[in-house]
Order: sequence, then structure tokens, then C-alpha cells
Amino acid sequence: MKNIDSYTHVRGESVYLDDIPLLSGTLFGAVYGSPVAHGKIRSLDLTDAIAMAGVVHIFTHKDIPGVNQIGGIVADEPLLAEDEVHFNGMPVAFVVATSARIAQAALHKIKIEVDELTVVTDPRIAKENGSLIVSPRTFKMGDAAQAFKNCAYIFEGVAETNGQEHLYIETQGAYALPAENNSIKVYSSTQGPTAVQRHMAAVLGIPMHRLEIDVTRLGGGFGGKEDQATPWAIFCALATYHLHKPVKYCLNRMEDMRMTGKRNPYSSDFKIGLTEDYTIVAYEATFYQNAGAAADLSPAVLERTLFHCTNSYFIANVTATAYSCRTNLPPNTAFRGFGGPQGMFVIEAAIAKAAENLGVPASVIQQKNLIKTGDEFPYGQIAASEAAACWGKAASLYKLDRLTSKVEEFNTGNLFFKKAISLMPICFGISFTKTLMNQARALVHVYMDGSVTISTGAVEMGQGVNTKMVQVAAAVFSIAASKIKVSSTNTYRVANTSPSAASATADLNGKAVEVACLNILNRIKTVAAEIVDRDASVIEIKDEKVFAGNETVPLNWNELILAAYLKRVSLSEHGHYATPDIHFNYTTEKGHPFAYHVYGTAITTVTVDCIRGTYEVDAVELVHDFGNSMNKLIDRGQIEGGLVQGIGWMTMEEIVYDEKGRLRSNALSTYKVPDIYSVPKILDIHFLETNNDSLAIFKSKAVGEPPLMYGIGTFFALRNAIKAFNPHSNIEFSAPLTPEKMLMGLYNFENAK
Amino acid sequence: MLHFILNDKEIKTSLAPGITLLDFIRYQNQLTGTKIGCREGDCGACSVLVGEIKDGNLIYHSVTSCLMALGNAQGKHIVTIEGINTSGLNAVQEAFAEEGATQCGFCTPGFIVSLTGFCITDKKLVYENAIDAINGNICRCTGYKSIERATAIIVKKLTERNADPLQFAVDNNFIPHYFLGIKQRLTDISDSYESNITLSPVKKLAGGTDLYVQQHEELEDMDINFLFDKEILNGITQENNNCVMGASVTAADIAGSSLFQQYFKDLQNHIKLVSSTQIRNMATLAGNFTNASPIGDFTIFFLALNAKLILRNNSEVRAIALRDFYKGYKVLAKEDDEIIEKISFALPAENDLFSFEKVCKRSYLDIASVNSALHVKMDGAVIKEAGLSAGGVGPIPAFLINSSKHLTGKSVSVKLVQEVIEIAQKEIAPISDVRGTAVYKRLLLSQLIKAHFIKLFPSIPLEKMISAS
Repeated sequence: MKNIDSYTHVRGESVYLDDIPLLSGTLFGAVYGSPVAHGKIRSLDLTDAIAMAGVVHIFTHKDIPGVNQIGGIVADEPLLAEDEVHFNGMPVAFVVATSARIAQAALHKIKIEVDELTVVTDPRIAKENGSLIVSPRTFKMGDAAQAFKNCAYIFEGVAETNGQEHLYIETQGAYALPAENNSIKVYSSTQGPTAVQRHMAAVLGIPMHRLEIDVTRLGGGFGGKEDQATPWAIFCALATYHLHKPVKYCLNRMEDMRMTGKRNPYSSDFKIGLTEDYTIVAYEATFYQNAGAAADLSPAVLERTLFHCTNSYFIANVTATAYSCRTNLPPNTAFRGFGGPQGMFVIEAAIAKAAENLGVPASVIQQKNLIKTGDEFPYGQIAASEAAACWGKAASLYKLDRLTSKVEEFNTGNLFFKKAISLMPICFGISFTKTLMNQARALVHVYMDGSVTISTGAVEMGQGVNTKMVQVAAAVFSIAASKIKVSSTNTYRVANTSPSAASATADLNGKAVEVACLNILNRIKTVAAEIVDRDASVIEIKDEKVFAGNETVPLNWNELILAAYLKRVSLSEHGHYATPDIHFNYTTEKGHPFAYHVYGTAITTVTVDCIRGTYEVDAVELVHDFGNSMNKLIDRGQIEGGLVQGIGWMTMEEIVYDEKGRLRSNALSTYKVPDIYSVPKILDIHFLETNNDSLAIFKSKAVGEPPLMYGIGTFFALRNAIKAFNPHSNIEFSAPLTPEKMLMGLYNFENAK
Repeated sequence: MLHFILNDKEIKTSLAPGITLLDFIRYQNQLTGTKIGCREGDCGACSVLVGEIKDGNLIYHSVTSCLMALGNAQGKHIVTIEGINTSGLNAVQEAFAEEGATQCGFCTPGFIVSLTGFCITDKKLVYENAIDAINGNICRCTGYKSIERATAIIVKKLTERNADPLQFAVDNNFIPHYFLGIKQRLTDISDSYESNITLSPVKKLAGGTDLYVQQHEELEDMDINFLFDKEILNGITQENNNCVMGASVTAADIAGSSLFQQYFKDLQNHIKLVSSTQIRNMATLAGNFTNASPIGDFTIFFLALNAKLILRNNSEVRAIALRDFYKGYKVLAKEDDEIIEKISFALPAENDLFSFEKVCKRSYLDIASVNSALHVKMDGAVIKEAGLSAGGVGPIPAFLINSSKHLTGKSVSVKLVQEVIEIAQKEIAPISDVRGTAVYKRLLLSQLIKAHFIKLFPSIPLEKMISAS
């Protein structure tokens, strides 16, 4: 089934936040962000800005009727700066004017004096200073310290991954409308309508039931609108609260890039110990997470780094410690993979280092240590593993041996170009790691004409979740998808939602839709049973026709629905779902946090131009554990898109802050994401069908985040190509591997950091 | 009064001609299918088609409407996604929907517009050209593979073309029927536009691809001297052994010029390295020169070729070599009242060799870390004359005079290339910035100089220069 939005998408008729027709009298906002990254505000002079024609009001923290606090996990993030600023771009004031242009112009008239304090951008320095967001966490299995004593080989090193700008093509934004009785309706481009509502209620000091948050769709999210859509929505609502006028604010690209957080950069230490036969028996890792100036979601991101610190491998003795370090950057946040990729990069670096020193391909060590069913993860969950199945299938299907010899042959015959391959197995846990968030609700109405509406907590941001919701309802009712419409995501229809995140949105909301539809189905089956005078247990609906046993009866879907209505049977249901069997103990750091894991293996082939230091990804060929994909078109799209985003993170996407904490890569001209020429020439996906995981909706496994991590394979393939050209290269485990690092690595130039 | 056609609708407006076409489309006409992604021409979400009559033919090309002045729409047909929609899905839209080539959908109208534009040009109907048509469109969701598959389907459909592109496109549900009447309607619109507002200062604007990135809000209030469509500033002609170009010749004009194609066999590869299709349709040569970016691609290209500029003000005309045009960072040897009128250079002779190299973070649609061009005139195995230029290695686009001189009268060898690299290193002063560290830029220029010679002199064994140690 095609994405249900594809028709309006390709015609340019889909409605995004900036496309909503404006009510007359709408005012426009703009945020004044701190011009320095750290300091004490000595004075803030709004006089000239307020005096501008068209400026209606400028809000500061003094205008907040409730609490000046939007921190979700830790209450450490003021909506508007009071006495101090903690990052460049931190909101200080919110200008509201009669046009967006005037609001922007007024920003230039605001004067601020800040006594600057030391700016820290390096997480290791922050840790030295004792600036931690939360207490460090340690996951421990076995006794790594003891196990290292018996290792034949031990390797240590440092691995670093930079951040990543989400670069949703639709920037952040919100539009608030006054409603009666001091209520406010807010259109928000958010992945988390409930988060917006909850923090807005606290800031405005009013109950949540007065705040209707509505989301039709996002022009991309990728985690960047999970927590970070909240402030803009609250700014608009704050202005509406005071002025009783509609207020809109869409950030321009530079504002968005400067003021919002990104994927957390990490700097990490690793130590890996192997036996003579290359079994990894001990692993220690210390992660220094660059959280930015406030917690945001970083503690949860940190946790997932620990969950995935051994990727797809079984290691008997593991000690992994993670520090969430407070720096003077915008609060970093969720981004597809949510700390998992950062953790996986480090173990892959450790294996690569071991392989290079032992003179064997990394794949030998990787394959040897793949986790098997029954093995334990460092956090106590027992694996039901598809790791070896994916690896084996990839190696045979894509003829790994032949590929390897072809690459060697090419390199022997070519001086200016070198090819290399890498294998990247992945293992990603599905569920919010915070158990309580694994719940969802769906409101299903069947109208008396037989048409159906679904409302869930899921936010459509391109991942196709609404299409999957339609598929669930269509399958349960056995009616045409065209009979079903998905409503916007709205806090008045579905309350207390978890954000659309953690790859779990289709599972959680799909299960809730299934529950709601099944309850309605059971009721209308009873109605049908009464009409045809048969037992309800033999009534079936197939393709909108009613059957008793296997016999058709003279009753179709529309007639049955109308009959149920006439009999005063409820045709509405609010389904609730909470993932069973999952738990986690934060004291022991053990439990069963994930409903299931997703596995896969990617083989990446690259070519490096050794004269210029440029490169191409020739092919990524992968076997992915889809379970039983309910929509191959959508799921394939998630793999392709996730992979390319991962390749971008590992290659060209380079976030640059200067020592003052100013973002230098602050526009699309300086921050480059993959274009159509930079994607793998060949991208082949083999669907590994598995049937074990009934906690996935229709056994169709979550697919949003896992493929991003295949992109890590590109880093290691490129690294292998450098080594093919220059075996003595001093290239570091530092992503992204930009053309600059590539050329410096090929010729062993010292990296002038 | 500006006069043009927007989709099927005649527009006459006295709005400020300096506002962007994008704002006019979205906020004056509520055509919200055209999206705002970056407002600097780097994402393509605001792509629209511009149709105009040239040499008696109605031709269309794509532009990013965020960088196009409303004033540059005068006398043209502007097509947004709404103007492409037929009843149901057109052939491009159908392919995108079928292949799942749209996810969040925000970039999608831009892709559809760009590709539909390809479907109505007379460009060769091959897959590579279709991909080139969307090389200025960024998608963050799909990873482009589904877009590639959709494009392949579209190209296959187009290969059945046996009629005039517009007629075929209308007959096969690529575009709506009203397109067939546009040529006549455009002919009826006067193509001259003179601003009647007098504000100061008068801003000179050509394609706008740089000015609108920097100052789109300021331009709204300015009285603008529109140079882009002035006849005297356009055209590429051969005069004796010289190529003479109007100042408003675009990168796309150069790419499409048979003269350039004849004299530069790698032209299409060079051009592909310069921004994107949409930008190349607007970006002018004089804009590239006067912007004075130290890494302007065409500046570097024509520095090596020793191009001459004709400058004009109200009373005088004078010539100046491009190599003498840059006095310091963004300081030009040009008076404020002067405009570049023409650019000329000697066409390469039979024994001439030319190479252009550029490396950036992303191979395409990016600004160079370092770029360089080399032009050599050969006399047998000996270099008679050489021009070596380099961008991104100093405050101005650099002509490397000593390096160039050193090449004169010598035969190419490993030793010579290494000497030139050494001299070049003394002629440059790169700084560390977001496009790379100074150390890297120095290394990169050395590598690009090697690349020039390896490419131009395949029979001379230069491999030794490329080794890890």
C-alpha cells in the first residue's frame, strides 16, 4: 500500500504548519537569542525595539505567569533566560509584531550586556570541571578488570563522533490561537504534542485541558522535534495568553540551526581484550557525552548508548560508564538512533583497532563474536538473536569472498584509487527505555455511513505511520483502506501520549488501534449475529461482506454499521495498549527493557580518490530483519533514508562550533547533507523474514532508527581504503571522515585542530 | 507595473520588484505548494519553473524562487507546483507516488517541479540528465534511491517522445493544457521593465543568487537596476579567436553554448561541479566576478584563461584583465557607477590544454575548499605559456603568477610539478575556516596541481608524485 499522503504530497497540497491559512489579526513572533554562549546578563535594553512601528510587545521571563521551566527529565532549562545565559542563541526575549519582517527587524534593536564567563564546548573538560547533567551510569556484566588479565590481546584507544544537525527541511514553528475561557489552540510542528501541552501548562500556570495541541504532519523530524519543538509553541502561546491574538512563529533556517540542539557528540575511551582465537572476553568503555547547556533528552540518550555499547556482539565481561557533560552548546537532543549509534561506533572502533594490529580483517573478529540466542546483553536481557542469520545471509547473497578478492585485485592495479569494504552488523532494541512511556491510545469512530476515523498519539513525519494505522484498521475490520481516514494528532482527542520516537510509534499506536477496532468489531459481530440469528462466534467480516460460518449472509459493512447504530450500539472505542513483559531496574541496571531487537548486516564498498581525498560509496548491500513487513514500500524507504542519513553523519555532515561556542556551520551552505550524487550507487536490501516477535504490530518489526547505524560501515570502509593506500596512516577514529580528514589521513598530515 | 504569467493567471503588480518570487508566490498568492527550506538556494524546496521566449522558442528552466527577484519575472511564465497539477496525478507525480519517493513530502513539490521542467525541455532524454535536473533538490528522508527509481520510470515514458516537448507533455499528462497557449500570451506581454520608483542607492542586480542569500530583506526596499535580462548583457559569440560574453551570461548559458562545448571537451564535468542546475540557471558570470568570493568557481576558471572585462559607466568604456580586477578581500578595481558589460577571452588553440579542479565537503552543490584551474599553451613537449589559478587559498581568487611563469619554457616532469607546487605554496595564504584548515588547504592545492598534470599529460609518468610517504 502506498503512503496515504503521497497524493497530496506530490501535488503540493499537504498542509504543513506554515501553510495553515491565517486568521485576520495574526501577529508574528521572533526570538532574541543570546549573542554569547556563557555569561551573566548585566542589562537588557528593549527600548528601541519596542518603539518600532509594528512591534506589539516583547516578552521576557518576567511575563511568565507560571514557572519558567521546560526541562523534561531534569528541571534545568528555563524557557527564557533570567540572570544567566548558557549557550549562544539561548532565548532571552520574544518579540511580537504585526509582521514577521518587523519582528525580525526588531531583534536587531535589542541591546544586551553580558559579563562573559568561560565557555566550555568539550565534554571531557566539562567532566573535569564536575559539570555533569546527571550522575554517571555504569552497566556491568561479569568482571572486565579480572578478564583483561587473561586476555592474549588488549587494545585501547579513543573514538569520537561529532554531532549531527537534523536538517528537517521544514524548520521548527508554531501557531497559537486564542479560544474561549482562556483556552488556547496551538498548531505545533512537534513529535511530542503532550510534551508541548505539559510544559505549556506549567509555563502558563493553567491546566492541560485548556491547551489543545494539534499536529497534522511534520516536514521531517528525526528526533529534532521531540523535545525541541516545545519552546516555540510556548512562546506563541505565551503571547496569545497575554494578547488574546493569534501568534505565529516559524524559525528561519539560521535561527533553527543556531538555537536548536543536535545529535549529541561523544568522545569515548575504549579497551578491548581478546583471546588467541579472537573471542572478545572483556570490554571497557567510558563515554563522555556532550549534552549541551541543559539536560533535554540527553540522560535518556546516554542510557541508550550504554544499552547498545556492545552492538551485535556477546561479550562476557563488560564495564561501560557514561557521563552526561554540561557544556555551553544548545541542549543536544534526540536524533534517530538516540545514543545507540554513538555507542556502536566505539565498539566498532575497538574491533577495527584490534583487527588492524592483529593483521586480520575486522570481519573475522566481528563474525566470531556475534550474539546468539540465549546470550545475555550487559543489561540482563536474554537475546533472541538474528545476528548470525543476517550476517550469514549477507555474506552468501552478496558473495563476500568474491567481493573481497575483487577489491584486492582493483587495488593492485590502481595507484590513484583504492577500494575497500566493511561489514556492519547492527542490533537495536525496540521500546522506550523508560518503561512507562511504552503506552498508547487510539480513538476509533465508525460513522453511521460506514466510514472510519482514527486518532492516535502518533505524529506523521514522513515515516508512514498513518498509513500503517490505516492498514491495521483495514485488516481488523476487513474493509477498504479508502473507508478510513486518519485525523490530525490532537491532545483533545488522545491524551497523555508518548512522543513519536524510539521507532516504537507504529507498534504502540498500531496495537492501540488494533485493540479499539477489535472491540468495535466484537460489538458489531453481535449485532450481525442477532440480525441473521446465528451465534456471534461464527460471524466474520471479509472484504466488507458479512459471513456466518463460511456462508454469505445478506448484509454488508455499511448495512451492518447502520444497523448497529439503530440498535444503539457504540461505534466508537478508545483503545489502550501498554507493552507487556518489559521492565528495568535502575539500581541494578538490569532488566528486560526491550520488547524485541532488530538485527541486520550491511556490506559497504567504497572507492577513495587518493589524489584528491574525495570518495564515493559504490554499494551498500544489506540483509535486514524486518520480521514480517506489513508495508515493504514504506519499510524499504525507512532503510534507504536511515542509511543515507547515517552515511551523512559519518562523512560530510560536520558541525563546527568555534571556541566561543558560536555555530560556524550555521546554514545549508556550510553544513552539507547528502545530495543525490553522494548516495551509494548500489543500495540493495534483502528482507530477512522472521516470525518470532509478536510484540511488533502484525509481526512487522520497527524500522525507523536501526538502518541509520548501517551508515557506520561507511566510516570503516573508508578507513580501510586509507590503510590500503597508506598502511601507516595515523587516521583517528574520529567521525565524520570528511574529505579533509581523508586527505590528511592518506598523507599522514597532522590534523591541525 | 510588473507584468507576467503565474501558472494560468496573468499578473500585473506594482509590488516592490525587489521582493523574492518565493514570497510573492506564497504570501501574496497563497500558493503554498512552494516550500521554504533555507532561503539560500541550497535545498530546492522552493523550485519553480521560468518560461521565456528565446530565439522564438518558449523554453523553461528551473530556479530557486527564494533567490529570484520578482522584477526578474517580467514578461515570463512562472510555474509553481499548482500550475503543474492536472486532474489526478501527472506522470512525474504518479511515478513518485508509486515508488514511495515521497516521505515527509516537504521537499517533494520542488522535486516534481524540477523534474517536470526536465520533461518539457529539449535536453537529451537520458537518465543522467534527468538526475541533473534535480541535483539542486535536497531530500532528508528518502535517501534518494526511490527518487532515482521514479526518475527512471519517467525517463522511460519520455523516450516515446516524437513531438514537440510541450505538445508531447500535454498529450501525455505531464502538464496541463493551458501551457499550449502560453507562448502567444507571453508574446503579447511587453518584455521591458523599468522601475519608476526612485530610491537610493540604485542597486545593481543580475541573477541575484548571491545578493538574495546575503540581504533579501534589504533588497525589498531598494530601487533596483535589473541587469539580468538586458539584451546587451547577454549572448555568447565568437569574434575572431576570441569568445565574447555578455556579463549576464549564466553558468547554464555556458554549459549550453556550442562554442564552449567545442573548445572545452570536459566542460560538462567542470560545470557539474558548479552549484546546482537551479542556481546555474540564474547565476551570472559578472555576478561571480563582482561578488569577489575567493573561491568563485568561474572566477578561478577564467583567471587561468586570462579573461578581459569590459567595464562601462554612463560615459566611458574601459577594459581590464580579470587578473587585475581584485585589489584585496572583496575590493575591486571597479568604480561604483561601473558595470561589467562584456567578458572576453582567447579561445584555446589546438595545442592548448585546460583543467579545472574543485574539492569540497560534498562533491556537488557545495562551495569549494580549494579550487584551481590550469591553462597551458604547448609548443611540442614544451610549455609556451601557462596560467594557474587557485581559490580558497587567500583573500582574493588568486592568479598564481610566479607558478605560472615558472612553467613557461619547460617540459612537464615530476620535478617540474614539484617545483611549481613549492612556488605555489609561497604564493598562497589560506586561513582556517569552516571549509577546512589552512594546513589542509595547502595540501589540497598541491594535490590539485598534481591532478591537473596527471590529467593533462597522461603519457608522462607522474605516478611517483602520488605516494603515501
